[in-house]
Amino acid sequence: MPSELIYNYMRIDHLPHIWCAGCGNGVLTHDVVRAIDSLCNDPDRPIPREKVVIVSGIGCSSRAAGYLDFNSMHTTHGRAIAFASGIKIANPELTVVVITGDGDCAAIGGNHLIHACRRNIDLTVVVFNNEIYGMTGGQYSPTTPRGDKGTTAVYGVVDRPFDIAALAAGAGASFTARGDVYHVKETTELIRQGIRHKGFSLIDCRSVCPTYYGRKNKKGDAVQMLKWQKENGLPMKQYRALPPEQRADKYALGILSRNEYPEYTEEYQKIIEMAMAEKGKEK
Amino acid sequence: MAKVLVIETSWCKGCGICTAFCPKNALELVGEKVRLKNTNACVLCGLCELRCPDYAIYLKEVSK
Repeated sequence: MPSELIYNYMRIDHLPHIWCAGCGNGVLTHDVVRAIDSLCNDPDRPIPREKVVIVSGIGCSSRAAGYLDFNSMHTTHGRAIAFASGIKIANPELTVVVITGDGDCAAIGGNHLIHACRRNIDLTVVVFNNEIYGMTGGQYSPTTPRGDKGTTAVYGVVDRPFDIAALAAGAGASFTARGDVYHVKETTELIRQGIRHKGFSLIDCRSVCPTYYGRKNKKGDAVQMLKWQKENGLPMKQYRALPPEQRADKYALGILSRNEYPEYTEEYQKIIEMAMAEKGKEK
Repeated sequence: MAKVLVIETSWCKGCGICTAFCPKNALELVGEKVRLKNTNACVLCGLCELRCPDYAIYLKEVSK
């Protein structure tokens, strides 16, 4: 039997999951569960559990929608945000959480991502960013660091990687943050705040893929990859205090940007009301 | 309410994360499965539960 939390929020007949030993996705999915649980049990403003929808695309990360026991939808490659936008526009009272990977979100789904950011539609996108295409055998993704190897980059990647959080902020997302696998409590809190935020929120979570990315790049096993995160993931203040030449492999954890822009479904509702009033006048 | 450490051995994939990050070195891997090596060493901090990718180890509340 699993813990009460897992029993309550996951489809335990689908567990143990198919992710590899040491895969960061299992930890990040647990973070999502904890964040949603704390919001469902928030004494001041509880979110009704039956109003939570989980949407995912294709890839290792996207298996999460199948394991999470909510209204859930496992959609086509790269289109999770497009499906989620439709769900939110049709039923704005729903809390819609998208679980996606770096390839799903920033490669094939890149266009859906930037336009959802631009609209500032009230979705929460949790990116399980493992810097590789794990499910299909280790091809390099848009976030694989330059020089690192994949099955499609045997001499090292030439492209510069995307910083998905910065990309989202630049495209107009009103909440962007970075978490990782090692810093569980911090990442859970960022996901919680992202869900609570009204508008488009994206939490770029550094996952670990020991099977493909780790092995191909001699980064060691899951434990060594998590130790690397422990040493290099710094709180925002500490990161900013570092001189640029010491930042090399370090990355900032926490909220990267937060703004108050009008939210899409609310603005859309105003248009509906205005049009209906106009129509009423005509009669 | 007291807490006890529970291990769901059939879900453990032997990644070694819990044993590596246990601050009290109370866990060990035997044949790719986690085991509590020293009951007295475990302080029930729950760090293993936080980072287990497979939900195979956790703290459970029990009535004394």
